[in-house]
Amino acid sequence: MVIPDYKKYLAGERLPHIWCAGCGNGIILKALLIVLAELNFKSEEILLATGIGCASRAGDYISFQRFQGTHGRTLAFVTGLKIARPNLRVICLIGDGDCAAIGIGHLIHAARRNLDVAVLVANNLNYGMTGGQFSPLTPTKSLTSTSRAGKLGATLDICRLVEVAGANYVARTSVFYHGELRKFIREAISKTGFSLVEILTPCPTYYGRYNKIGGPGEMLIWFRDKTVPLNKYLQMNPEEQKEYFWRGKLVERDAPDFYTRCKNGGGPDD
Amino acid sequence: MTEEKNRVQFLSGNEACVWAGIHAKARFFAGYPISPATEIAEICAQELPKHGGFYIQMEDEIGSIAAVIGASLGGLRAFTATSGPGLALMQENIGYAAMAEVPCVIINVQRFGPSTGIATKPAQSDVMTTRWGTPGDHSLIVLAPSGGQECYDLTFAAFGLAELFRTPVIVLIDAVIAHLREKVTVKTEEKFFLINGDKRVLRVTGLVHDSFGYSSDEPEVTEKLITRLAQKIEGHQMLLPRPRFYGSERPEVLIISFGISARAARQAVYLAEQEDLAVSLLELKTLWPFPEEEIRKIGAKAKTVLVAELNRGQVQREVRACGISPEKVRGINKIDTTVITPSEILNEILTVIKND
Repeated sequence: MVIPDYKKYLAGERLPHIWCAGCGNGIILKALLIVLAELNFKSEEILLATGIGCASRAGDYISFQRFQGTHGRTLAFVTGLKIARPNLRVICLIGDGDCAAIGIGHLIHAARRNLDVAVLVANNLNYGMTGGQFSPLTPTKSLTSTSRAGKLGATLDICRLVEVAGANYVARTSVFYHGELRKFIREAISKTGFSLVEILTPCPTYYGRYNKIGGPGEMLIWFRDKTVPLNKYLQMNPEEQKEYFWRGKLVERDAPDFYTRCKNGGGPDD
Repeated sequence: MTEEKNRVQFLSGNEACVWAGIHAKARFFAGYPISPATEIAEICAQELPKHGGFYIQMEDEIGSIAAVIGASLGGLRAFTATSGPGLALMQENIGYAAMAEVPCVIINVQRFGPSTGIATKPAQSDVMTTRWGTPGDHSLIVLAPSGGQECYDLTFAAFGLAELFRTPVIVLIDAVIAHLREKVTVKTEEKFFLINGDKRVLRVTGLVHDSFGYSSDEPEVTEKLITRLAQKIEGHQMLLPRPRFYGSERPEVLIISFGISARAARQAVYLAEQEDLAVSLLELKTLWPFPEEEIRKIGAKAKTVLVAELNRGQVQREVRACGISPEKVRGINKIDTTVITPSEILNEILTVIKND
């Protein structure tokens, strides 16, 4: 493949970044910047909206517009921003704790409104910034700094959650599948309405170490082996399903987005 | 209600706030229903779309203020309205607006608290919450109207001040003013200059940041930012609505009050003047930054200072901190959900003068 000039979107002078060796956030950021270069956006046409957490520091390393909100609230800020600037292409990059724990209310309502935004969820299966605590997306039985004997609670599937809530596009993959990752990001950004791509990404410093998966390389192999295509996953029995993450495209549809409905309705809307 | 300009209208405080917003060219309101502020959301839902604006009902007050900040960054003049429990939820993002310097207006209709309290009864007990509710050293502007006309005038001014100082501005009213119908003179629609929403590349974060919008943890960058955020407001207080002074220059008794309690104080001072008593009133319009200089100047000349407020002494404490000898400062406080009456203040004045 010919890699387009994505470095114009990178704030090179801000490097080195704060991410640990073997972290997947750089892979996600590069995939995003390549897609932006392919789609050839101007700096003022796009905005990267992030929250609080490791992945959300990505805004410090880009040359185009960045908005960093408070923990969990990114999509609520973007709801107002998109009403003021409907033509601005907004990409949200948030972590699993940000979107599935503290910010899950805003996630559901942004999907329900079908807000025109592409949400990239960097799911590293734990809270990395604060030292590796479990999140709602951490698989059951996982060892984390707040579940030393193994996480007891159930794991949430945010993809299925936002599908039911009304998202136009939902997909999940891992940084191991870089081509698929770029394809899903490209489709999500190109789609009008709410789109979400959940990206499984390694945190060798905490999740990998606590769960004895190994270093960066072993974690990538682990994601390769732990993910199965959606159709194959659906044929598994529920017990077997607990051992795997599905990957693939869950939904793709063209329901009218929030702003279009709001404008056409001419009245108050939520 | 149809929109009419330059005319006297009969409006509640809540309605006056909405029309001030619309006439100040506010075109975005995000809110969540809460007594006694709900009418503001209801009227915005009806009127904003007619003026090319947007009303959005968010999932909670955290989302409301977040959407307001987002819309403001996008170039729409934006506001929200709430009451105590909602203000508590908004605090983190009010701090965000202070840190990221995003103009926005929050109308807080005080009700009896803490917690759910009594949803329909008035109080003036959010004075400190508006100032220090969000963590960290910061400054912001809090205005306190005492009636319908001031709800209109000060809310109108709030939008201009929010943009001039690039800060959140809180308009602090209470359940009585919110529902009290009075004559309000509505001004001609004025045009504001939009200072954001242009084509420049915007970098915004709530982290400590340098002048390019990139995060930083350098001690020098941090100190410079935090100092500037406070100084830009505290160093320019003359641009904010100043306290209004009535009565004797060298009073036996000086009343300091704001909001609905100041209305009662006005009548009490009038009645005292009829008795040839040297009494005066300092009615605070800007609560934060606290008008220390005026209070120190006028307070020094008074024999006794009475602070009338519907709480246990939040402003009284600040008045003492202005450097007025503590023994001459006393409070007229009420925390039984009823308002302070003119006769209660007058009785207090007479007791003070008799005992002197």
